[in-house]
Amino acid sequence: MAGESLTLIGFWGSPFALRVKWALELKGIRYQYVEEDLSNKSAMLLQYNPVYKKVPVLVHDGKPLAESLVILEYIDETWEQNPLLSHDPYEKAKARFWSRFVDEKCVPAVMATFSKGGEEQQKAAQEARENLKTLEGGIEGKRYFGGENIGFADIAIGWLGYWVRIVEEIVGINLIDKELMAKLDAWIDDFLELPVIKECMPPRDKLLNHNKAFHKLLTSSST
Amino acid sequence: MLLGILGSPFVCRVKIALKLKGVEYKYVEENLADKSDLLLKYNPVYKKVPVFVHNEKPIPESLVIVEYIDETWKHNPILPSEPYQRALARFWSKFIDDKVVGAAVKAVLNVDVKERENNVKETLEALQFLENELKDHKFFGGEEVGLVDIAGVFIAFWIPMIQEIAGLELLTSEKFPKLYKWSQEFVNHPVVKESLPPRDPVFGYFKGLYESLTASK
Repeated sequence: MAGESLTLIGFWGSPFALRVKWALELKGIRYQYVEEDLSNKSAMLLQYNPVYKKVPVLVHDGKPLAESLVILEYIDETWEQNPLLSHDPYEKAKARFWSRFVDEKCVPAVMATFSKGGEEQQKAAQEARENLKTLEGGIEGKRYFGGENIGFADIAIGWLGYWVRIVEEIVGINLIDKELMAKLDAWIDDFLELPVIKECMPPRDKLLNHNKAFHKLLTSSST
Repeated sequence: MLLGILGSPFVCRVKIALKLKGVEYKYVEENLADKSDLLLKYNPVYKKVPVFVHNEKPIPESLVIVEYIDETWKHNPILPSEPYQRALARFWSKFIDDKVVGAAVKAVLNVDVKERENNVKETLEALQFLENELKDHKFFGGEEVGLVDIAGVFIAFWIPMIQEIAGLELLTSEKFPKLYKWSQEFVNHPVVKESLPPRDPVFGYFKGLYESLTASK
C-alpha cells in the first residue's frame, strides 16, 4: 500500500515484540523497526504508549497501538493475506483463550521460578509445570494450535518454549518435562524450526547471557 | 447456556452482551463454594464463571465470550467495524481488567494501610486515563454502548458500592466528571439496567466480606 508508514518499536530481547515481528513477517508486510533502549526510554515511546510505557508499539500512519495481542489482531484485520485467526468464532475464541492463558498464568509462574529462591521457587516451578501441561491440552492433538498451519495462538505462544528452556538452564530446574509433555515439546521444536520464525529469533547465546545478567540482578536485589 | 454467579461483574458483562443481541439462553447460578460438575467440565482450566456454552462448545473468560457473541450474532454490533477502533476498544477493555479491577478491589479489601494507599493511588491513576479517553462521548462506544462500556460495568456499578462500604472516594463527580456522568448513563441504559444484579444482596455480600477482613486485623 503506497504512502503508508508502519513502524514497530521493540526491544531485541522482548518476546512480546517478537510476536509482532512474526506476524508482520508472515504476512510479508514491510515496516520500519526501531530498537528501544528500555533503560532510557525514548520520548517517542512515552508519547506513543503513555499508559504502559512498554514495547512493542506499532505505529501505522501515525496511529499508535500497544499490547502485543491487541496489535496481532489489528495486523490480522488490516492485512488479510495469510490469516492468523480462523473465520470460525469458536476457533477464534479458543485461540484468544490460550494466548491469554499464557500471559496470565504461564508467564508469571515461569517468571517467579526465574526470580525467586528456595521454597517459593519450588512452588512456582510446580505451578509452571502444571500450567504448561494444561497448555499442552490446547494443541488438541493437532500439529499446531492453528491446525495444519500455524495461527494466532502459535505466534502468541511459540516464544514460550524458547524462553522456558533458557530459564531452565539458568536456574537448573526442569519445567518442560520431555516425557510428560511430549506433545508440547514436539510442538515447540516444530514451531521454532519454521524458517520465518527462526529468522526473527534473537541468537540463543545473546539471549542466554542477557537473561543470566537479568537473573543476577533479580536475585541479588532480593537478598 | 451461561454459568454464573449473581454478584460477578464478569458474568454481568456477558449478560449485557446477550441482552443487547436479544439472544435467549439458559442461566445457571453456580455455587463457587461447591462447584458443579457442569462448571468443572466446561471450565477445567480456571474453574470460574462466567462460562458460556453454545452448541455444547464452552467458552470461558468474559471478554473472550463477549467477542464470540459479537461475532456470532452480527446485529447490534458491540465492537466497531474499523480495525484501529476495534484495536482501541480491545486495548481499553484489557486496561480495565489489568489496571482498574484488581487495584480497586485491593483498595477496598486490603487490610495493610500502606498497601491500601498504593492501591487507591493506582485506581485513581487508571480512572484518570479512562476519563481522558472518554472525551465528550456519551459512551466509550460513541452514541451506543460498546465493548469498553460493557467491560467497564465494574466501574459503573461495583465501584460505587465498594467505595461506600470502605469509606473511600474512587469514582466521584468531582474527581472524574465525565466518567461519573458516563456511569450514570450506563447503569440507566435500558438494556444494561435489566442485566444488572439487584443492588442489596451484592452490597450485603461485599459489606460482609469487608467487615470480616477488617475485623480480623
